[in-house]
Amino acid sequence: MERVSDRSIRGAAAITGFAEIKPERRKPGRTAVGLAAELAKNCVEDAGLTKDQVNGLITHIPYSHNIEFAEYLGLKPVWSHSVDQMGGSGATSLTVAAAAVATGLADNVLVIVCSSQWGGFGGGTEPSPDGHGAQYVRAHGPGPGANYEYAQIAMRYQHLYNLSDEDRVAIAVQQRENAQANPDAVFYGQPATADDILNSRMVADPLRLLECVMPCIGGAAVIVSAADETDYSPNPPVYLLGAGCATDRGVPGLSYAPDMTISPVKVSAERAFATAGLTPQDMDIAQIYDCYTIAIICEFEDAGFAPKGEGGQWFASHDVTYKGELPVNTHGGQLSFGQAGSGGGMSHVVEGVRQMMGRGEARQAHKDLNYAFINNNGGGLSVEASLVLGKGVD
Amino acid sequence: MAEQELKRPVPSSNALTEPFWEATKQHKLVVQYCEGCDQLVWYPREICPGCWTMEGIEWREVSGKGRLHTFTVIRQAADLWFQQRVPYVYGVVELDEGPRMISGIQCEVEDAVCDMPVEAVFEDLDDDWTIVQFKPAS
Repeated sequence: MERVSDRSIRGAAAITGFAEIKPERRKPGRTAVGLAAELAKNCVEDAGLTKDQVNGLITHIPYSHNIEFAEYLGLKPVWSHSVDQMGGSGATSLTVAAAAVATGLADNVLVIVCSSQWGGFGGGTEPSPDGHGAQYVRAHGPGPGANYEYAQIAMRYQHLYNLSDEDRVAIAVQQRENAQANPDAVFYGQPATADDILNSRMVADPLRLLECVMPCIGGAAVIVSAADETDYSPNPPVYLLGAGCATDRGVPGLSYAPDMTISPVKVSAERAFATAGLTPQDMDIAQIYDCYTIAIICEFEDAGFAPKGEGGQWFASHDVTYKGELPVNTHGGQLSFGQAGSGGGMSHVVEGVRQMMGRGEARQAHKDLNYAFINNNGGGLSVEASLVLGKGVD
Repeated sequence: MAEQELKRPVPSSNALTEPFWEATKQHKLVVQYCEGCDQLVWYPREICPGCWTMEGIEWREVSGKGRLHTFTVIRQAADLWFQQRVPYVYGVVELDEGPRMISGIQCEVEDAVCDMPVEAVFEDLDDDWTIVQFKPAS
């Protein structure tokens, strides 16, 4: 096992409140900063704070910098940061916020990750005109979004391991069931079987349309405070027990990774579990980034929940709905909840917190929850951020 | 919508990568080589990712032979020119000499298989640009 420093974030920070905007295909007239402002207002109120008590800010808002947004919001933070780890921005922001409150740089940090009709990922910078994509990718016609990246991972995976189409989509079917208990999910009211998914049109072989996320407009936010200064909140604090971030292959990472089917979750989750002093088997619930079926299969295996090459079969043979022993992506996952750009990753963070606070309503896990695992992924399995959350600090 | 001639997207270059694009025009495939590490490096950079030398990097011609490491069939394209050519094969080739390259694969959709032998084929897009792609080895 990789050595994790004796200096530890374990139990130093807690999440005291959250807010989320229902993801939708279109939100006519809404701006990214307007959505972010709504998230700020609702999140601060949910945590039991007032505007004046927020002195730290982290944002990931398309075409808006945290400095610009702080002024828009009338905030004067003593510490602020823009985080861009692509799809991994949400969980990564949590680690940055935790480090800030643990070291006294800020007291209450507001973290906001959202998308808009102008784009969902990053700060809106254009790719370099002579960068990697322009020189070596563009002329080959890679196709929209990240479909081609994850399709290539799936193709290689199926070359190396025994993964049937039915097992590959098993997680998507169960998440769709979770979404039927979540009125905010984009596929609420639309149950789907494995056949429905496998009969949807092929987008990039071997991936079908319903194995690819639906881009949405929305976002989510949380408040992070020092663990011993959460008395202000009416919510039970949810503690950060472990965290790990890792990147090892650049973007588009899969081409240059030693093994494109093994993600840096191997490193990020190991560090998160080691910091928490816990194992995957200790987790009561998991919220794992699922931009594509193959992505969550790889992350789930690499985090240590199933042997490599057997993640699909594992999902096919276990109940991972909110009724099961290890509920996974209780909000429906991004595949059924919708992907609000980098806010898609943040939806897993917020759902983990929501469940730990016992606020899952119709989709609340049918079991006691002490520990939650969260993973965010970005850039075609090239950047990962893993979190272990707990109800208490032992 | 008015009929207009669509053009295939062309690459771009800079001072660092000019030798690569000059080589493709002569239907040669070159990649960077770090003498200190005795390693081939793809894609081109101003520093060796192994030893961080910024001086000891040169260009070396490679065979253009390799294997199709992975691929997908693009059935929904982003670019308008490519939209008229779906479905087509797009993949990652592992050269016999080691490095992996992103490339279009010139073969029938149903013929693509992971690890199949492939070889470089050069396509002159216009007077300024020649790209390297791969096809099943003859």
